[in-house]
Amino acid sequence: MSEIRPELKYLISHEWLRVESDGTAFVGISDHAQDAMGDLVFVETPEVGSTVTAGEEAGVVESVKAASDIYAPVSGEVVAINEDLEENPEAVNNDPYGDGWMFQIKLSDPAELESLELLSADDYVAKVEEEEH
Amino acid sequence: MANKTVLFDKHVEAGAKIVDFGGWDMPINYGSQIEEHKAVRQAAGVFDVSHMTVVDVTGDDSQVYLQKLLANDVARLKEDGKALYSGMLKEDGGVIDDLIVYRMPGWYRVVVNCSTREKDLAWMVKQAEGFSVDVNERPEFSMVAVQGPNAREKVAELLGGEQAELIRDLKVFQGKESGDWFIARTGYTGEDGLEIVLPNDVAPAFWQQLLDAGVVACGLGARDTLRLEAGMNLYGSDMDESISPLAAGMGWTIAWEPEDRDFLGRQALEAQKVAGDLPKLVGLVLETRGVLRGHQKVIAEDGSEGEITSGTFSPTLGYSIALARVPKSTGDTAHVEIRGKLHAVKVVRPPFVRNGERVYK
Repeated sequence: MSEIRPELKYLISHEWLRVESDGTAFVGISDHAQDAMGDLVFVETPEVGSTVTAGEEAGVVESVKAASDIYAPVSGEVVAINEDLEENPEAVNNDPYGDGWMFQIKLSDPAELESLELLSADDYVAKVEEEEH
Repeated sequence: MANKTVLFDKHVEAGAKIVDFGGWDMPINYGSQIEEHKAVRQAAGVFDVSHMTVVDVTGDDSQVYLQKLLANDVARLKEDGKALYSGMLKEDGGVIDDLIVYRMPGWYRVVVNCSTREKDLAWMVKQAEGFSVDVNERPEFSMVAVQGPNAREKVAELLGGEQAELIRDLKVFQGKESGDWFIARTGYTGEDGLEIVLPNDVAPAFWQQLLDAGVVACGLGARDTLRLEAGMNLYGSDMDESISPLAAGMGWTIAWEPEDRDFLGRQALEAQKVAGDLPKLVGLVLETRGVLRGHQKVIAEDGSEGEITSGTFSPTLGYSIALARVPKSTGDTAHVEIRGKLHAVKVVRPPFVRNGERVYK
């Protein structure tokens, strides 16, 4: 079984979201997602300063096997991207919740967190298990 | 119910991720496909290829039968043990399968793909009519490919004795029997190495010995990136029954001489050659970010279009490569459409990598 972090929120499309106290949030993909994709070779993040919208495409990850879109879990301005991934995309495979983070968003509307259908860790596990059976 | 090779339990034990491959439960990787790929380029890796089909052709007419059946000419095999790569074609020139045939003492051993097993056997039996030959599948054998610059020496050290001597003496594209084992210096990776056909009951122990000797277990994922770097076709992706070998980079495998050898598909290929309008299979290289994938559209400088047949990220080169079927007029550059955007690519002659080094220009 892949690792799930209880403190994070998840999307059914396998992104994770970590909300910080400063009104920003970090985004990456789950351990389950990196395992299913296999070795990552390119990560295309949105540009710093660009605006992303919850539920819409914000980037792309390419593994040896396939390409997969990354969806923004929340809306806001991209304030940082993980530049190390350009040289070391395998960080996402090795440490999906840590060194493999992809981008940081300044939330445009923190209330959105309540209205969006973000999954708790338990609900995400249940969805993943459902998918596998 | 999927087929399993006798090494299936070994794969599961080693933590392999198992996928369905042509009706067989096979390992796609044992962790990192890129690490497995690099092991083969730099040292030695071992693949379970027991899903492939071993067919022995025996009988007085073996040679003349294969001269009719195959586009390449087994008469080119001047001594026992020599191997030949060939297409097996329909009358209209479409490729039924690609295969390797080894000349044995008075008979031939043919290795065909797994996903094409049933139609291949049916075709081979049908075409045997009127010839004094027997066509026999050999499911009692497993097959492992040990590939990489250290592969032959590793296997020779493990087996020792006469088999070690046999392995050290083997020439490229040559195979020899040793008891009920068959050891050939062939492969699908662009590296030196061996393909070994051995009895099912001893295969798991041999597999374990290889792993214990430091040979890296490699899955079908690495097998695909290695063969693509080596510019080798994959049946079902780069060619199939609707594709002429002349449009699949297989022109070199057609033995036109002697002119009176009437192999299956010859008339159709001769007409295609005269017409001269077939597309060609080329290599593509994308040296910037992004990954070329099968079925992406290729646009030549004159606007004519083709399609990628196999594409991947090349672990050796660090960027993406592909095989593509493009119009004959395609020059040295083209564009590929990836998710709605056009990317400039170089058009090159495969292979991309041989013996660990970049070779395309």
